Amino acid sequence: MAYFVQQLINGLTLGAIYGLIAVGYTMVYGIIGMINFAHGEIYMIGAFVSIICFILLGLVGISWVPLTLVIVILVAMAFTATYGWALERVAYRPLRRSPRLAPLISAIGMSIFLQNYVQVLQGARIKPMPPVIQGGFRLFEEGGFAVQLGYIQVFIFVLTLALMAAFAVLIGRTALGRAQRACQQDREMASLLGIDVDRTIAVTFIVGASLAAVAGLMVTVYYGVIDFFIGFLAGIKAFTAAVLGGIGSVPGAVLGGFLLGLVEVFWAAYFSAEYKDVAAYSILVLVLIFRPTGLLGTPEIEKV
Amino acid sequence: MTTEALATPREVNLAAILKDAAIAAAVAFALALPLVGFQTLDRGGVLGIKTRFDWVAIGVGVVFLGRLALAYYRTTASRTAAGPSIFAKVGITIQPYIPWAAGAAVVFAFVLPAMPFSNRYVIDVATTVLIYVMLGWGLNVVVGLAGLLDLGYVAFYAVGAYSYALLAVTFDWSFWVCLPLAGLFAATAGVLLGFPVLRLRGDYLAIVTLGFGEMIRIILINWYSVTRGPDGITSIPRPSFFGLPFERRAPEGVTAFHEYFGLEYAGQHRVIFLYLLILILALITNLFTLRIRKLPIGRAWEALREDEVACRSLGINPTNTKLTAFGIGAMFGGFAGAFFATRQGFISPESFTFIESATIVAIVVLGGMGSQVGVVIAAVVLILLPELGREFAQFRMLLFGAAMVMIMIWRPRGLLAHREPTITLPRKAREEAPP
Repeated sequence: MAYFVQQLINGLTLGAIYGLIAVGYTMVYGIIGMINFAHGEIYMIGAFVSIICFILLGLVGISWVPLTLVIVILVAMAFTATYGWALERVAYRPLRRSPRLAPLISAIGMSIFLQNYVQVLQGARIKPMPPVIQGGFRLFEEGGFAVQLGYIQVFIFVLTLALMAAFAVLIGRTALGRAQRACQQDREMASLLGIDVDRTIAVTFIVGASLAAVAGLMVTVYYGVIDFFIGFLAGIKAFTAAVLGGIGSVPGAVLGGFLLGLVEVFWAAYFSAEYKDVAAYSILVLVLIFRPTGLLGTPEIEKV
Repeated sequence: MTTEALATPREVNLAAILKDAAIAAAVAFALALPLVGFQTLDRGGVLGIKTRFDWVAIGVGVVFLGRLALAYYRTTASRTAAGPSIFAKVGITIQPYIPWAAGAAVVFAFVLPAMPFSNRYVIDVATTVLIYVMLGWGLNVVVGLAGLLDLGYVAFYAVGAYSYALLAVTFDWSFWVCLPLAGLFAATAGVLLGFPVLRLRGDYLAIVTLGFGEMIRIILINWYSVTRGPDGITSIPRPSFFGLPFERRAPEGVTAFHEYFGLEYAGQHRVIFLYLLILILALITNLFTLRIRKLPIGRAWEALREDEVACRSLGINPTNTKLTAFGIGAMFGGFAGAFFATRQGFISPESFTFIESATIVAIVVLGGMGSQVGVVIAAVVLILLPELGREFAQFRMLLFGAAMVMIMIWRPRGLLAHREPTITLPRKAREEAPP
């Protein structure tokens, strides 16, 4: 029981990170109907920006943890959002009216480019990071196994929930969110009604990249090591989460993220750690076969 | 793009261009500052940092000037450029000569080993290019003809390579027995994987196939008892010339190739033989694709690519039709994999990463989907360019990714976008037909 609860906590932590990345996928898919293949790399860049920011703050001498975290979050979000915006402007906007495969190939190219860009600039070796948030609560003990809830896990939950709440308000209550939902439903009609579609899409990329940046920051502080290759796997997993929840649906992405995190952690804990990625892919395949619209997605009607 | 060009007034509006370039430079600064400006350095387990603000300054300067040049080019070009681009015009003009050029290329490929400039390195590179040409042609059946985006093609390449390696190492069967078996196993894998997922559309299919590609790789890494995991399979038997091995000293009772033909022994023989082998395999793939396009099944693939709903109402079973395309594409991937295994003599999961799948897809899409000649051109460009850039080893993949993006933006339909019509009227009927 104690082991189970511990894995539950770990799984939810991982799921929160996946969920944050998945939101970026699902938003972009919802609005322009393409898989932003380079989104995983944006998350990786977020992780690198945060680790660099942490080191710089350490050099400047700011050591009060809450202040450090706030600064790093803001800096990482700002710079990574710039990458998200530039990505859309350079690689996707010129291809808005081309055959459907063109943006996907361009996205794969961008993903390869960004991965190697970071490798060339920052080196291929893994980057270690001293723990920022240490300690935690001891929830209960059973048969000599103590269930720990780290402060860092609390930090990840709280931050994810706060961001999701802010995001829900952004989508549901602001003019920007309305424009975005309008573009999602019918881009041409939205532009006829005076919505700047290009701008709305750009903002979508900026928001998605900011959330991915926070996920990158969380991975940096949670695992303490990053390298230039983390974006690929995380990207596929987050995409799986988005599909699981129903692509195009934002609550679905978060739900899918949590489910996928749980499945992965429990698989590694009770079956085999080597095949945990296979488990994640199998879920993707099973969901697509039996419920292609995902858990919370709406069925797509094919028009002739 | 066009709207921007129309909006610009006839005179070069210097202030607007400068403002635009300044914004681009500001964005470049924001992009470069964190990742270019600071480099993390490992100082005994603790990360230190080094600044490189000079690089940032150079980058920002280049972007500013580049944007200025681009804006200048656009304002001048918008006055003159009209109608199809130069590239399209060239494409239309050279269209009738492409069959001739292709024939010349095949002849050239066959005599390449006899050319004065050819040496071991040239043949080796040419063999690598041909492997990708063959993979590209194989994938073209799936992507170009049937219109199914397969991002996990490398899985079938891996299945072919491992089938050949395991059969040849375990049972000591010859290459010529294992080659069809490798194709068969790969085709079976294709049908098995395809069966559940081919009902999905476009992007979903792409991601699921990508997942399958990764799954096969993870299984290859972890199923140690069979695949020997990351260590890979070593000393895979090399192919023989119909039973005559390419060795200096053939084992007891076997005649070596050079002894049989009364030649001086040369390591070159095997390299040339492998080159000609892959050339013939690739040409068989090409011929097969060209012929099957004329059969009902090939017609059905192309019809399915154009309109699935219409096909269904005309009585074509989409799942079965797609499955055949998937299986046949996988079979050619398997053949190429078997060749790869015998050529390298060593395989490990390292050779079958996603980047390989991405390269093959890029070859097909950059070549212009469905165009057989386009695949060759794209394979030569994508494989030869990094090979030429060996000195910039660490920038190779960087340039590769950038090239993929730029070619797509420049030619979203691929280099040779023109597609041969599936059916044309015979010349006589064309002449008699009223204009």
